[in-house]
Amino acid sequence: MTDTSAIAPGLKKDVLLKIRDLKIEGFTGETWVPIIKGVDLTLHRGEVMGLIGESGAGKSTIGAAAMGYARDGTRISDGSIEFDGIELTTSTEGEKRALRGARIAYVAQSAAASFNPSHKLIDQYTEAPLQYRIQKRLEAQEDAIELYERLRLPNPGEIGFRYPHQVSGGQLQRAMTAMAMSCRPDLIIFDEPTTALDVTTQIEVLAAIRDIVDQFNTAAIYITHDLAVVAQMADTIKVLLKGEEVEEASTEVMLKSPKEDYTKSLWAVRSFERPQKPRPENATPLISVQNVDASYTGGDKVLDDVSFDIYEGMTVAVVGESGSGKSTTARCITGLLPPSSGQILFKGEPLPPKYTDRSKDQLRQSQMIYQMADTALNPKVRISEIIGRPAQFYSGLKGTALKSRVDELLDLIELEPSKYYDRFPPELSGGQKQRIGIARALAAEPTFIICDEVTSALDQLVAEGILRLLDRLQKELNLAYMFITHDLATVRAIADEVVVMQHGKVVEQGPKTEMFKPPHHPYTDLLLSSVPEMDPNWLTTLLEERGVDNVGEAADV
Amino acid sequence: MGDIASLIFKRLGYGLITLLVISIIIFFMVELLPGDIAQAVLGQGATEENLAALREEMGLNKPAVVRYLEWLSGAVVGNFGESIVTGERVSSVITERFINTLFLAAYAAVIAVPFAITLGVIVALLRNTVFDRVANVLTLTSISSPEFFLGYILILYLSVKAQMFPAIASLSADMTFLELLHRTFLPALTLVLVVTAHMMRMTRAAIINLLASPYIEMARLKGTPPWKVIVKHALPNAWAPIINVVALNLAYLITGVVLVEVVFVYPGIGQSLVDAVSKRDFPVVQACCLIFAATFILLNLAADVGAILTNPRLRHPK
Repeated sequence: MTDTSAIAPGLKKDVLLKIRDLKIEGFTGETWVPIIKGVDLTLHRGEVMGLIGESGAGKSTIGAAAMGYARDGTRISDGSIEFDGIELTTSTEGEKRALRGARIAYVAQSAAASFNPSHKLIDQYTEAPLQYRIQKRLEAQEDAIELYERLRLPNPGEIGFRYPHQVSGGQLQRAMTAMAMSCRPDLIIFDEPTTALDVTTQIEVLAAIRDIVDQFNTAAIYITHDLAVVAQMADTIKVLLKGEEVEEASTEVMLKSPKEDYTKSLWAVRSFERPQKPRPENATPLISVQNVDASYTGGDKVLDDVSFDIYEGMTVAVVGESGSGKSTTARCITGLLPPSSGQILFKGEPLPPKYTDRSKDQLRQSQMIYQMADTALNPKVRISEIIGRPAQFYSGLKGTALKSRVDELLDLIELEPSKYYDRFPPELSGGQKQRIGIARALAAEPTFIICDEVTSALDQLVAEGILRLLDRLQKELNLAYMFITHDLATVRAIADEVVVMQHGKVVEQGPKTEMFKPPHHPYTDLLLSSVPEMDPNWLTTLLEERGVDNVGEAADV
Repeated sequence: MGDIASLIFKRLGYGLITLLVISIIIFFMVELLPGDIAQAVLGQGATEENLAALREEMGLNKPAVVRYLEWLSGAVVGNFGESIVTGERVSSVITERFINTLFLAAYAAVIAVPFAITLGVIVALLRNTVFDRVANVLTLTSISSPEFFLGYILILYLSVKAQMFPAIASLSADMTFLELLHRTFLPALTLVLVVTAHMMRMTRAAIINLLASPYIEMARLKGTPPWKVIVKHALPNAWAPIINVVALNLAYLITGVVLVEVVFVYPGIGQSLVDAVSKRDFPVVQACCLIFAATFILLNLAADVGAILTNPRLRHPK
């Protein structure tokens, strides 16, 4: 798709979607504020356009607007949206509905949440064709099975008759792409279709989407915040910032010579890297996980003989796909989930397996920072109390001593105390909330912090800020980090040592420089090679190397 | 499915334990009531000898625990002892009345449940319109008015003024089924008015709660018409809370009908309970309470199982 010559020149001229001076407003509870401030967009038949930008840039809102759809709490206030000669802003609901599913289809970010849990996949597939009387049920089912096969889903004849929860995330995302294709639409909106997936799964979905869009010459708007992904998928790229267009150019031009400073800053995001530290000599590890097995009540083993050490002041990155046992290991270390065998040592002393049996001093040593700062902070509690409570609980601070400690902590995380002391979490941005999460962990004066995917819900620039902050705190306070992540770019930036986990086992571990140099364990190799690169030909090359049938789940090692 | 069977058995087991605890509470609460049963039976003029003899005869001199165990072992096989007042077997007095109450409850439920759920779906579809507001106000009014008041209003308009239905729902053995339905229509309607609001509002809330889900947005973006979004995409996922409220209201139809039965002079178990309490007919009181408790427990169990059965994750395990 990056090869623009593949699109016939005649088709290229044919404009499918023309958005002019689009303005969308959102309701804040009191007033309507502008979200999209006058965006133009022209999409030709068979063209794939990538929309990129940070969260809040208005990518998804524009994607929905291309279907004439305004999400609850938003309204299209001005501008025109012309789809194949039909003006959507003045069309009736009925006219717009007739286009949706039939001529413009939508693929959502989380297929797991966007499939109705109560209906079989194939019944959800056939809904639109039946609704528009394009096909009879059986025909539509046969068609679905054919598309499932083209999208390389396993057991295409049978998989559609399962319920969404019986199918894996990557398969669901492909089934959703098939569903979008059911009426052979002219345009598909892909709204971050691979963001929720593991890197290894992402590849198969990317390859499948690219193939199917090529085969049917469907035009697409591909929304993502991942530049490397959009480089694989799009013919042209449009960069958005806070509801306004920054610039638009063909993928190749955009990657090689972006004009605007903002675009350049996006490209330069992965620059932060701190030097790797060696293990201290003759030291006892701060945390030592020894031969830990664990399982949830009555279930199969989730952890199988997991062992690794974390030394003072060092960062150990634990990587692996979802379900590999990374977070379960963290739960064992903190005592939330007592291991079924094995033990956790702290400075050589075994820790009681259950957190209720640990002393206050043992508890304060290891703190956690969570992925979703949104849900990890109580929205009804003031910042001062969120941070103050652990300081009070562990250190017994009161009154002015407590207040000055909270101020000190806010200073540490680079938020001005006088401004933030009395505020509530919903008043803060995502990055600021994550900083509050960090301050809360620091309030206990720990020596060891578990960071569970702390940057994966954040935009790249904000995430970078968090990584720099964590690095500074580590230097100042001599903290050890266990950094759980599936993002290898983060690992490269911050880790000293790497532990690779798969199916509850540690498959490989060692210093970062060694881990990123071949030879690797085959699974590490798969993980590393699956991380998208900026090169627009990366996916094509990778698929050639691996063979199309050998990506994702098929490439299980 | 084996999981579900074992789950049902487990719940049944818990239900039995709960019932046992309740039976203890019922028995000893009645024990604690002031007054002497023998005195109540024989009246103020009874001599000490007569009282003592009666106490001996009724086993009142035995320790409470022994009497509880005797009562319980009888209750298990449906023998609740004899009525103190009439001397009849409690079970034969109650059975017929309980069946009458069940009939009235079923009559009301058959109307109220489909009506409430349909209305709930419609107001969810037409949310924040005039229709939604009016339906809300009307159902709220009916739920907040006392049942006897509703009953008398219905009697005034439908019986006294319009003369469509009888004001007194007395039963006789030679009635046809249609006659029966006609005669018990007003008490049933009163109950419908009382329980509809709760179920309707829960249906509306459960559906609207789901409308923010990504799969509802997906359905809309697939071009699904609004009514189908509600009926096909939201409702199947909203059953669990709805079923719970339905079960609670069904239980209320059985255990909360006392006032309605009194207003319409309907020979149900609620009336028996009131009579028995006023006459200190303790065996009948205990039996009624135990039946009410069992009804509550069974219906809650049914609600739990229903909620599980409507969850596709449990119906179709991986």
